[in-house]
Amino acid sequence: MTTPVLDVQGLAFAYPDGHQALFGVDLHVHRGERVAMLGPNGAGKTTLVLHLNGILTGGRGSVSVSGLPVTPANVPEIRRRVGIVFQDPDDQLFMGTVRADVAFGPANLGLRGAELDARVQHALEQVGMAEYADRPPHHLSFGQRRRVAVATVLAMEPEILVLDEPSSNLDPASRRELADILRSLDVTVLMVTHDLPYALELCPRSVVLSGGTIVADGSTYDVLTDDALMSAHRLELPFGFDPRSLPRSS
Amino acid sequence: MGGPHGHSLHFHAHSPLHRAPAHLKILALLGFVLVVVATPREWYWAYAGYLAVIVGVVAVSRVPVGYLLKRMVVEVPFVAFAVLIPFVAHGPRVEVLGLSLSESGLLSAWGLLAKGTLGVLASLTLAATTEAQDLLRGLERLRMPDLLVQIMGFMVRYLEVVTGELQRMRVARASRGFDARNPRHWPVLARSAGALFIRSYERGERVHLAMLSRGYTGRLPRS
Repeated sequence: MTTPVLDVQGLAFAYPDGHQALFGVDLHVHRGERVAMLGPNGAGKTTLVLHLNGILTGGRGSVSVSGLPVTPANVPEIRRRVGIVFQDPDDQLFMGTVRADVAFGPANLGLRGAELDARVQHALEQVGMAEYADRPPHHLSFGQRRRVAVATVLAMEPEILVLDEPSSNLDPASRRELADILRSLDVTVLMVTHDLPYALELCPRSVVLSGGTIVADGSTYDVLTDDALMSAHRLELPFGFDPRSLPRSS
Repeated sequence: MGGPHGHSLHFHAHSPLHRAPAHLKILALLGFVLVVVATPREWYWAYAGYLAVIVGVVAVSRVPVGYLLKRMVVEVPFVAFAVLIPFVAHGPRVEVLGLSLSESGLLSAWGLLAKGTLGVLASLTLAATTEAQDLLRGLERLRMPDLLVQIMGFMVRYLEVVTGELQRMRVARASRGFDARNPRHWPVLARSAGALFIRSYERGERVHLAMLSRGYTGRLPRS
């Protein structure tokens, strides 16, 4: 068995105000997998995500990324390995131009000059936004900003891409374009989402986080068709959507 | 939105003034304003000279005069103040159009108006010919402390986000029957301002998290 890209063991965490968000989470993600993390609001998804790159620490349990434990000494390397795309692109894009924003991460890693330019160019090409490099981010459409946000993280060449609600607020065409981009990337993906059809479309495997623990881990099709599991954890398919009616490709 | 280019004060063109390095323009503006402020009010001919300089610079910049004049409304409160001075100031009075005005007040009003107008016109010319990003880089080259430049950069970046949020809150308020002219509704404005402050503060925290996630260590990389 190879070392998992993401290895979370017994992770528990309580906020300083005493609210406990995670009660012993175990999660393994292997290279090349695309995994959806499903769960109701308040299940602890964001808390878990913030542990993956060491923004939050101090609870029980451990997180390792490709064998490297998340500890204060390792944080710079961990943040290169784990690329988080946050839900609101306006939080993620803070520089004056798209190019400067995509360069922010790799420049923090110490890249300069032609190497940095090449990295930025490649990341923007991967999301189809190269021609917008010199525009200020706030003049782009929401879908374009989401794609640039993905590029800002791709430019760091992460080992795992963590996406928080990647399809939220996107129109159907932008949603599909983003799906095409995500499928084209050769990178491990952990996708936090309420968009269950999107999870089924992109992720062969799903885990369900509810009440601060992982309550299900299996193929996305099996999770979405387990009616008892779904209703127990406030998961609902959109009206008219039935995974059983789709042709099964895998 | 101000189109693909820059901020709302910027006028897109390709004049020599647009191409001039931002740090030189900032220094020129600073020097000009200091000289204007230090000039005694009674040297009327000097002010004529300053105005000629500004008009010449504007002509070179190819920014339409009307464009600048419209944006000079920021000066209106100061103009109102200047107009009041001759009525309230003490000292010997003179008759102007049947009104008894203070002589020293007239001189103060003239000084305020002349210096203010020249300063605003010069600043607007800089703003019209320089992109916000270039201004920041200019300040950086002038050795402005890094942290201040970063803070100004974030202000430029998030101004539109915050005004957009303010606008949406205004629409949401109005949609639920809020009437800004009714004094009984005014406490709501204070609460909205508070909510906007909290939201902006929380956004600041989220932005900081996003920066840390991409390896921020306290200095913005130079690009």
